[in-house]
Amino acid sequence: MRTRITTTAALVTAFGLGLAGCSSSGQEGDGSGKVTLTLATFNEFGYEDLIKEYMAAHPNVTIEHKKAATSNEARDNMNTRLAAGSGLSDIEAIEVDWLPELRQYPDRFVDLKSDSVKDRWLPWKVKQATTDDGKLIGYGTDIGPEAICYRADLFKAAGLPSDRDQVATFLGSTWEDYFAAGKKFQAKSKVPWMESAGSIFNAMVNQVPNAYEDNDGKVIATENPQVRQMYDTVLQASKDGLSAGLAQWSTDWTSSFQRNGFATMVCPAWMLGVIEGNGANVKGWDVANTFPGGGGNWGGSFLTVPAQSKHPNEAKALADWLTAPEQQVKAFQAKGTFPSQEAALKSPELLAATRPYFNDAPTGKILAERAKAVTVVPFKGPKYSGINDAMQQALGRVDVTKTDSAAASWDKFVTAVKALG
Amino acid sequence: MPTVTTVGAAPAAAPTPTLRQRLSRWDVRISPYLYISPFFILFALVGLFPLLYTFWVSLHQWNLIGGQGKFVGIGNYSYVLEQPQFWVGLRNTFSIFLLSGVAQTLGALALAAVLDQNIRAKTFWRMGVLLPYVVAPVAVGVIFSKMFADQSGLFNALLDKVGIGAIGWHADVLPSHIAIATMVNFRWTGYVTLIFLAAMQAIPREVYEAALMDGAGRVRQFFSVTIPMLRPTIIFVVITATIGGLQIFDEPRVFDQSGLGGSDRQWMTVTMYIYELGWGPQKNFGRAAAVSWVLFLIIILVGLINFMITRRIAASDAPKSPPPEAVATGTGANPDAAAAHRSTNGAATGDAPGPRHPEVTL
Repeated sequence: MRTRITTTAALVTAFGLGLAGCSSSGQEGDGSGKVTLTLATFNEFGYEDLIKEYMAAHPNVTIEHKKAATSNEARDNMNTRLAAGSGLSDIEAIEVDWLPELRQYPDRFVDLKSDSVKDRWLPWKVKQATTDDGKLIGYGTDIGPEAICYRADLFKAAGLPSDRDQVATFLGSTWEDYFAAGKKFQAKSKVPWMESAGSIFNAMVNQVPNAYEDNDGKVIATENPQVRQMYDTVLQASKDGLSAGLAQWSTDWTSSFQRNGFATMVCPAWMLGVIEGNGANVKGWDVANTFPGGGGNWGGSFLTVPAQSKHPNEAKALADWLTAPEQQVKAFQAKGTFPSQEAALKSPELLAATRPYFNDAPTGKILAERAKAVTVVPFKGPKYSGINDAMQQALGRVDVTKTDSAAASWDKFVTAVKALG
Repeated sequence: MPTVTTVGAAPAAAPTPTLRQRLSRWDVRISPYLYISPFFILFALVGLFPLLYTFWVSLHQWNLIGGQGKFVGIGNYSYVLEQPQFWVGLRNTFSIFLLSGVAQTLGALALAAVLDQNIRAKTFWRMGVLLPYVVAPVAVGVIFSKMFADQSGLFNALLDKVGIGAIGWHADVLPSHIAIATMVNFRWTGYVTLIFLAAMQAIPREVYEAALMDGAGRVRQFFSVTIPMLRPTIIFVVITATIGGLQIFDEPRVFDQSGLGGSDRQWMTVTMYIYELGWGPQKNFGRAAAVSWVLFLIIILVGLINFMITRRIAASDAPKSPPPEAVATGTGANPDAAAAHRSTNGAATGDAPGPRHPEVTL
């Protein structure tokens, strides 16, 4: 704090000026058909080798790849430069969570609709990036189809079936089944059934078309009986002792993988890597090919071409190529990003993929089936993430910190939602 | 100047200065201002302009991406002042500021007094207190968040062992503030200690000798000589601690995974509220700017109050008016200067190179 805030401000200004200077000179073509395209991604998209491949096939194109360490960093950068009207890369990668706000400014993105990408993706993936006036502002890269991960060793110790097909049957097909299975498990085990009420709620709310807002963007979160019912259901499960009361991503949550923190969790494709990293020494994790309440998706990314790009056509062509099924399968092989393309989900390379850590589970096949099970695309208007934050906090007050009753916490949720207006 | 070579009729009145003379006069008059102008130009660019522009933004609807909307006057201010979250944020900010600021200043004074004594391996200890300051704030955040974890943390494990029982560091208001203040103090106490130490070393040793002759013990010396002589430095430290403490952001933000200040906003500070309004789901720069301005005014107000209090406290013990040299020596509040003058003890004078602190004029 103190001096650093001013220093940072000065540095940011200095760099900002410097970068603005650079980007304008770096993007000029020299008239001979040679172009330099900038591509901004974050975390791991698995594009390193693909970029080399593209440049080899297109000698007139040079690609500069900028990689942000975290998606939050990329998001701040995106918002600031989108507002400034300059400084963005020719292709900007975005996460699905940013779309509610970006969809409000369709004019700032190139419409990527094209015959070459017709029917390329799963229908719900396309719908996420389609604006109200029918523009397609992003090409889908990866997705996070959800399965249930479980500790086979703990299931076995509790005298329950531990084989992944049997577990899928045991878990059932609805959330009621899932909680009922939890009660059976906990009758014979001291380990909590699930991480927290909040993470289950998160999965449930993503299966509802209009939980918080109707299609016009009007906020209905506090009156919608469905929301209240889900709220009460997960908190009842918490009251029944099924929840470990561990807020996702907290220090306690991360370290709980090292002991027997909980027996099952909602498991989008990218979570497999997280579990493997957090629970490196733990044996027994497995993946069941089922998801309560129908399919579910959590996360996933897109490539966009901002309208401020000086080479929109070349950028579009590159984004088209990168998100084609063949390339996304290669990215999956390089970094495990699970593809969103119909053809990629049928590719033998993907279907043959297994993960040794999860008892050699055929994760490629399981997740491809989970992706096809997704039917609902929840409406997410501009207030969605604010309401969802407030909901997660409301659940946390009852389930994690235990500082409020369910009713008192709901009242605070209502106040918080009103404050967003 | 015996021969005048002017051929024409021009009378060339004697007092009219040549261009050279005029330039030289301007040089004398204007140059000093030019030399100090870079600071003011930079300040106007990165300090004053943002300040005024923030005020302009606070009077409008303003979206992070969409930009300027319609003029709303004091609408943003009245919205913000009606929000319970704003007041919770203010409560947390002051609580954390008091817990960290007071502990830090008192702790640093005590540490500096010890380091000022004739101890072995002086340099080792003096550099040692600065070590935490070198650690990156995020690293401090990561380490402390592991230690303060509710279920798996070191502190709760220890508390459990001694029979006190686990404390909800992330659940209850006061414990969360104590935990955050601990992070802040860990980082800043050493830094403030060195500022105090530098000022203490600039106090003439004769004053202590005189006090000793009058029969003052160590404690009496500390309160009747050291503290009054440190007055300008204490004021400086308290003012900067106020400005920094009321803007506290990093430590509470990394205190949990969501960075929103707890599920019931137990430790959400005003600056975090600004960030949430402007860059969070609302993306509302107008409201964020309004809070920024309210905070700015609060900081000025508290700064003034602190200034008056510290002046009174430090003055009540002081001799009627400290000799001017003593005040001047107090301004050597510069760690580098301290290091350079360490061996010369009382001979250290206040004319050490380095940044001047505002207390010179106080």
